[in-house]
Amino acid sequence: MRVLGNFVKARETGILLALLIVIVVATVKNPSFLFSSDGFRDLLLTPSILLLLAVGQAIVIITRNVDLSVGSVLGLTAYLTGRLFIDVPGIPIPVVFLAGIVFGGLLGLVNGALVAFAKVPALVITLGTLYAYRGINVLWTGSDRINASDMPKDFLGLGTSSLLYIPWLTIIAIIVLVAAGWFLRTQRAGRELYAIGSDPAAANLYGLKVTQRVLVAFVLSGALAGLAGVLYAARYGTVNSQAGVNLELQAVGAAVIGGVAIFGGSGTVWGAAIGAFLLLTINRALPIVGVQDFWQRAVVGVLIIGAIVLDRVLARRQARKLVEMRDES
Amino acid sequence: MSNSTEQGAPALELSRIAKAFGAVIALTNGTLALRSGSIHALVGENGAGKSTLVKIIAGLYQRDSGEFLLDGASVDFTSTAQSKAAGIAVIYQEPTLFPDLSVTENIFMGRQPTRSLGRIDRKRMRDEAVGLFKRLGVRIDPDRPTLGLSIADQQLIEIAKAISLDAKVLVMDEPTAALSGVEVDRLFAVARSLRDEGRALLFISHRFDEVFELCDTVTVMRDGAYISTSPIAGTTVDQIVRQMVGRDVSSLFPKTEATIGDAVLVVEGLTQPGEFHDVSFSVRSGEIVALAGLVGAGRSEIARAIFGVDPYKSGAVTINGKRVPKRNPAAAMALGLALVPEDRRKQGLVLDSSVARNATLAIRQSISKLGVFITDRAENTAARVWAGRLEVKTSALDTEAGTLSGGNQQKVVLAKWLATNPSLLIVDEPTRGIDVGTKAEVHRLLSELAGRGMAVLMISSELPEVLGMADRVLVVREGRITADIDRADATAESVMFAATQAEVAS
Repeated sequence: MRVLGNFVKARETGILLALLIVIVVATVKNPSFLFSSDGFRDLLLTPSILLLLAVGQAIVIITRNVDLSVGSVLGLTAYLTGRLFIDVPGIPIPVVFLAGIVFGGLLGLVNGALVAFAKVPALVITLGTLYAYRGINVLWTGSDRINASDMPKDFLGLGTSSLLYIPWLTIIAIIVLVAAGWFLRTQRAGRELYAIGSDPAAANLYGLKVTQRVLVAFVLSGALAGLAGVLYAARYGTVNSQAGVNLELQAVGAAVIGGVAIFGGSGTVWGAAIGAFLLLTINRALPIVGVQDFWQRAVVGVLIIGAIVLDRVLARRQARKLVEMRDES
Repeated sequence: MSNSTEQGAPALELSRIAKAFGAVIALTNGTLALRSGSIHALVGENGAGKSTLVKIIAGLYQRDSGEFLLDGASVDFTSTAQSKAAGIAVIYQEPTLFPDLSVTENIFMGRQPTRSLGRIDRKRMRDEAVGLFKRLGVRIDPDRPTLGLSIADQQLIEIAKAISLDAKVLVMDEPTAALSGVEVDRLFAVARSLRDEGRALLFISHRFDEVFELCDTVTVMRDGAYISTSPIAGTTVDQIVRQMVGRDVSSLFPKTEATIGDAVLVVEGLTQPGEFHDVSFSVRSGEIVALAGLVGAGRSEIARAIFGVDPYKSGAVTINGKRVPKRNPAAAMALGLALVPEDRRKQGLVLDSSVARNATLAIRQSISKLGVFITDRAENTAARVWAGRLEVKTSALDTEAGTLSGGNQQKVVLAKWLATNPSLLIVDEPTRGIDVGTKAEVHRLLSELAGRGMAVLMISSELPEVLGMADRVLVVREGRITADIDRADATAESVMFAATQAEVAS
């Protein structure tokens, strides 16, 4: 009963419900949205890369920071992936994955170090690195482009093929999601990320290692963006200097829609993952329902604002109720 | 009480601790000895140095000189983590918890019990939290977030944390200031059981009834220095108050007699739940009325509500017979109200702007051309009048306000409001952090303004200032006006008694 009660009250439940409604409505309108092999595959495949970014973003936002550079990190690692296959013939696929993750982690380390040591708000720092990393990408790539023919078939297969109807990309994303969820829920370091975001001053008084933990959050976000970059190359087969542009905003949007409080301290990666699914599924469902292109973007905006307003309203209502109770007693 | 434990070395001993912040001397002689199995009270006026002493114990500040012994050994804390590790727990008036996290997590953050793979053992952690609350005899849901918990419950969580850390010394800085009667009783029961376990407790409070009910020893401080330590059984409220105040209200205050006219400000039944209740008073022209009381009694909140910065639920404010609307500072200004806030750096000044700009901030509308354009010359002309009258010491009117001394900053803020020609001036702690010379100037100025017929409402925590300047003293305690004392009857004792609600001894 208790588990059921918690499920009903959880912030994530509403988002999950919204996602299910979108799927049901779109399927009623056009059954192939869900009940064709392509439809089912797209449903899972489309949000998988964004899911990775949203998980990383959620970890950073929980610490009362934000990482706007993830789109650019994805772009750089996607191009690095292609270059590795071209410049090092016969390079094993796991090594490419590792290279992407490590490189992304290093870019995240730069973000984290600037935020943690220079004491400049993450919004400013990562807005800076968003452009800086993209600039490096343009300088490095030029007008060059990685094509599907440059990469091995096995690698490209990862981006499109499935295991028991579940796309590999989705399987990887779910594994990462479960690991991140486990870390945030059961590890001291994970709980301390929440504590830091909830009240940084109190975290200092508690003697928590605030600087170190924030650094780790940015490295994780960077590493996940790196992994997403490798998978981007596998999924789309072509990579130019504009890969991943604007994805950072979708990642922030997914996290916020999924109930990760923008001021830190609360929310889960599960919510962010459902947010990513909702964001991209709604994009695919709206044309089917017959909504025009302009309105599709507006709907996403309404979702984001609605999620934030809902958070504030709920928080204020709770605070007011408790204050009134206290005054009466 | 446990007088048998009075022998032996104290658990914590401070002697002749001194601490200065730049030119401001906070402590000259902090002396205190806490014994295990005892509850020790520390009392003193606002600014007597109690908080500084606590922060030195907590490791937040480092002493300049003096001795700090813990169990007989000298210690030098450079961080709160070190004092915590040494077994000292400090519970502040406003606890610092993580609002989004559960009660249990707040108690154990950073040192949760773990199982294999470093997984937090939630069940054990929760059981321990339940055990702690059981031991404290209180009922708090260990699973709820701490957001919205009452201050009392938050303090209990801090106490639970201290016990789970097995702290030997517990410092409670005005823990009862925000508590109701029932909550205070519960806190005292907990404090007594901790004492009986052999811990040393330091209890800082302004409420003498509580000090006498709970503590066995009391130390009095005044002006940053140790005055006395005596067993509670051997002293009286009268004696303690005398030791706390213990100085002449000298003729430092150049209060001149002013003709007192009609009521300018009338406040009736002002109420904001949780902040102040049924506040009614009036201020007449030419009159200086002081709002006295302890820090946190609700004086600034009342002033902010009158001026319209903060909301209030019921009641009315009128000035010169005209109703002042709620939550509309601009309208309040137009009706002739001026508020010089407590924290002038944050609320009163634009530190990066020039003296001239700051001084004319409140009258930008009237010195502008076509309501929009303001020339440097108009600004300077307007600013010069008041800067000159207040003797702001600055080389030029284009100096950045942030670079001025505290006293001169205060004068600029005053100039800003005086330029609006108010009929009522509210000043909140007008001389806090200002050197003695400038203080006298600010006092002279307030007195002069009253002499010209302005009504002045002055909030002050400094008793000598209150007694020296005010025609009438309103004492606020816990959001209510508890006394209205005329200048002739106002003494340090009568004000202090009303502020702490001790029975007035004749």
